[in-house]
Amino acid sequence: MATRPLSPHLSIWKWGPHMLVSILHRITGDGMAFVALPVLLYWLGSLAAGPEAYASFEHQATSWYGYVILVGISWAFFNHMSSGIRHFVMDVGAGYEIHTNKRWSVATPIIGILLTAAFWAAVTWY
Amino acid sequence: MGEGTELGRVRGLGAAHEGEEGWMQQRMTAVGNLLLVGFLVISIILLPDLSYPTVSEWLRHPLPAVAMALLVANVFWHARLGLRELIGDYVHEDGNKFACLLLVNFAWAGGTAFGLFCLARVAFSAVTAAAGGAA
Repeated sequence: MATRPLSPHLSIWKWGPHMLVSILHRITGDGMAFVALPVLLYWLGSLAAGPEAYASFEHQATSWYGYVILVGISWAFFNHMSSGIRHFVMDVGAGYEIHTNKRWSVATPIIGILLTAAFWAAVTWY
Repeated sequence: MGEGTELGRVRGLGAAHEGEEGWMQQRMTAVGNLLLVGFLVISIILLPDLSYPTVSEWLRHPLPAVAMALLVANVFWHARLGLRELIGDYVHEDGNKFACLLLVNFAWAGGTAFGLFCLARVAFSAVTAAAGGAA
């Protein structure tokens, strides 16, 4: 790698909501690749292996750390989904006006949290 | 072709015309994920419970089985593209980058194959005696 100086791209900017949305999109996306996909395979693998294996999956999934991981995965998904939809809007060239951009940047993580809460409310009470 | 700067060496060669492929696939699979994970989310809410008999019976139906198989293939391809982007941004040393890309490819192939095999096994398994005349 060439040892040329890097521009100080992280240290000199004032934090704005769009920067949080951007890094959260990466963290939740790559986080799901490392956590949610193994959990998905664990779930499908225990289903394929039979009732006893599935019972041990259920035992882990319904423990306190199981719920922490599952709530985390669902939040990562809904957050990634809402910032991903924001990406689509910006891909077509819309939403770059400074106030519009800021408003949707603030809304995106809030929508992610609300959808996570709505999902667990629906799972619990429906 | 000049021997000088990097710009000089590539000037006149034209565009690669394939640089946008991963970018476009990321968007295509994103739309697929929206539909397929949406299907899983709604199914999790609508299924009466997530016990072994309920879930395995659900996966014996063609529509959920196919949707879940597509979900596995689509979500693993989307994750592969995302991890490649992560590696491209943060891993600069050529040997390390190669090793990371290799690991991602292996994880993608292994994860996809394992997920599809498990789904097929559940979908094609005979209905157990407990299900009675349901078959």
